[in-house]
Amino acid sequence: MATAERTSGTLEPIGYTRSPLGRVGGVLRWIALLIAVVLFLLPFYLILRNALSTEADITAPDWTLFPPELQWGNIKELFSDTEVPIARALYNSAVVGILGTGGQILLASLAGYGLARIPYRHADKVFYAIVATLMIPGAVTFIPSFIVVSSLGWVSTLRGLIIPTLFSGFAAFLFRQYFLNFPKELEEAARVDGAGYFGVFWRIVVPNSLPFFAAIAAITFIGNWNSFLWPLVIGQDSSSWTIQVAMSTFVTAQTVNIHELFMAVAVSILPLVLIFAFLQRYLIQGVTQSGIKD
Amino acid sequence: MSSSAQDVVPTEPVAAGKRRVGGKRQKGIAGTTRTFWLFVGPFVAGLLIFSYLPIIWSLVLSFFEAYNTVTPSKFVGLQNYIDMLTDRNFLSSLGTFTVFAVFIVPLTFVMSLALALLVNQVKVAKAFFRSVFFLPTACSYVVASLIWKLSIFNGVRFGLANTVLSWFGVENIAWLSTVDPPWYWIPIISVRLWLQLGFYMILFIAGLQRINPSLYEAAYVDGAKPGWQIFRYITLPQLRATSVSVLILNLIAAYQAFDEFYNLIGNVNYARPPLVYLYGISLGSIQDLGHGSAGALILAVIIMIVTQLQTRVFGFGKAGD
Repeated sequence: MATAERTSGTLEPIGYTRSPLGRVGGVLRWIALLIAVVLFLLPFYLILRNALSTEADITAPDWTLFPPELQWGNIKELFSDTEVPIARALYNSAVVGILGTGGQILLASLAGYGLARIPYRHADKVFYAIVATLMIPGAVTFIPSFIVVSSLGWVSTLRGLIIPTLFSGFAAFLFRQYFLNFPKELEEAARVDGAGYFGVFWRIVVPNSLPFFAAIAAITFIGNWNSFLWPLVIGQDSSSWTIQVAMSTFVTAQTVNIHELFMAVAVSILPLVLIFAFLQRYLIQGVTQSGIKD
Repeated sequence: MSSSAQDVVPTEPVAAGKRRVGGKRQKGIAGTTRTFWLFVGPFVAGLLIFSYLPIIWSLVLSFFEAYNTVTPSKFVGLQNYIDMLTDRNFLSSLGTFTVFAVFIVPLTFVMSLALALLVNQVKVAKAFFRSVFFLPTACSYVVASLIWKLSIFNGVRFGLANTVLSWFGVENIAWLSTVDPPWYWIPIISVRLWLQLGFYMILFIAGLQRINPSLYEAAYVDGAKPGWQIFRYITLPQLRATSVSVLILNLIAAYQAFDEFYNLIGNVNYARPPLVYLYGISLGSIQDLGHGSAGALILAVIIMIVTQLQTRVFGFGKAGD
């Protein structure tokens, strides 16, 4: 990142200050940027506005920029609504998010390390069998996966929500690529001291790779928390709804309480906004690393 | 060098035969097959059960009748495939997807590149702008669809879009249910743009930062005009690898569109992409997993073919990285 910042620093003067239209162009660029900022933030403003309004404020024929009185009681109303099990849904999402992310990272990092570092005659074949699953478009597999999960009797269970999502060929692939570039000297030193593969992995490789783990974990957690199709397929009973399924069901219910629904939206994005605030550096690394697939 | 001798006993003759001199080496190789599987085995076992088995099972089911059951009941040969390929609703869902892709792929490409260029050239508060455009990635499609459906494009007077249009004297528009003209595309397209532009912008910014600055200097010395010429002959070609990634990821994601269609419009025939239709067939009131499996496999094959073609057309994007 540091070198990249420097790179763009030397790039700017050539691109712009020399242009005859430079000044006008610069102003236009700022206008475009500010319009984009307003458009991108607008939905967040709508979440807060509606979450803290009364139903009458929201449906009033004339648009009010801010609710005349902030309705903090909407939070209580949301959690005491017996029609929608919002607390249960948040709990389910937290379990799915945490166990799903932890499990996926553990399995994929072990597999990635084994493939990168432990000599085995058929390691290539195993690797190709893993990479082959990347060819299959993820969402298309919901019907096949449902067939297996349903025959295991896991429909409407947290097991059914979590376990089938743990084995990400792409994550294993990313970890393998990362460990291939891990400095071998560090591992050799530990091996000389008598550590086995697991000791080296756990005491040397993992502690020295925390930024990479954090990047993959942040991306995975967000994906799990926001995932909809699989939880919808599996959550056929309200006790196993995740927050996304609960909100989606909420909106198709007979009577929609807009203010309550938007309070649910606000609560549901809170964990992710916190991740964005504190882990954005890792997140951006994660996006960059997982986005460039080839 | 030689450590405690517990693991030293060579369990595998082949591995032992290959060993070189020295205790450490010996330890490294003797138990490796077992150690390899201790590391990789749990993952591979899961992959077999939850990736390979489902696809094989689905392939089998696609040749059978399977209503409300996951066990094949009656062999029907290729009938499920023939039914799906002649099913007007399935074909029209592929049509819906095509229209969707024609809009979403180029718009995402151009707009995320534009955002990346804008953010990359800003001198103050760069991190702020990048964060603002990246922040919608924190929202799920469900969340965004709810905002779009209930607050912006709800089709009544208190919706934001209709409020703004009313300032210009435009009548209320029922955004999500008007088929002629097909206004529903505006919410459908804009919600995805809002959600994913930041993600692709990050990819483009990373690509821009990998461009060697001496290229710009050289172009300037050679008399290239700043602005369009530099962009056309330096920036764009240098971004080729990133561009190919963005296009392919974006197209694959578009094929798998489900969440926003399901939440904004539901399972109706005028705007139903393939996954929503397949969901309705296989998990609706009648769970027709035979036709559902056949449809899913047809779609998977289409996606793989298109991805391959796209990769061929744009050339394999490794070079610029």
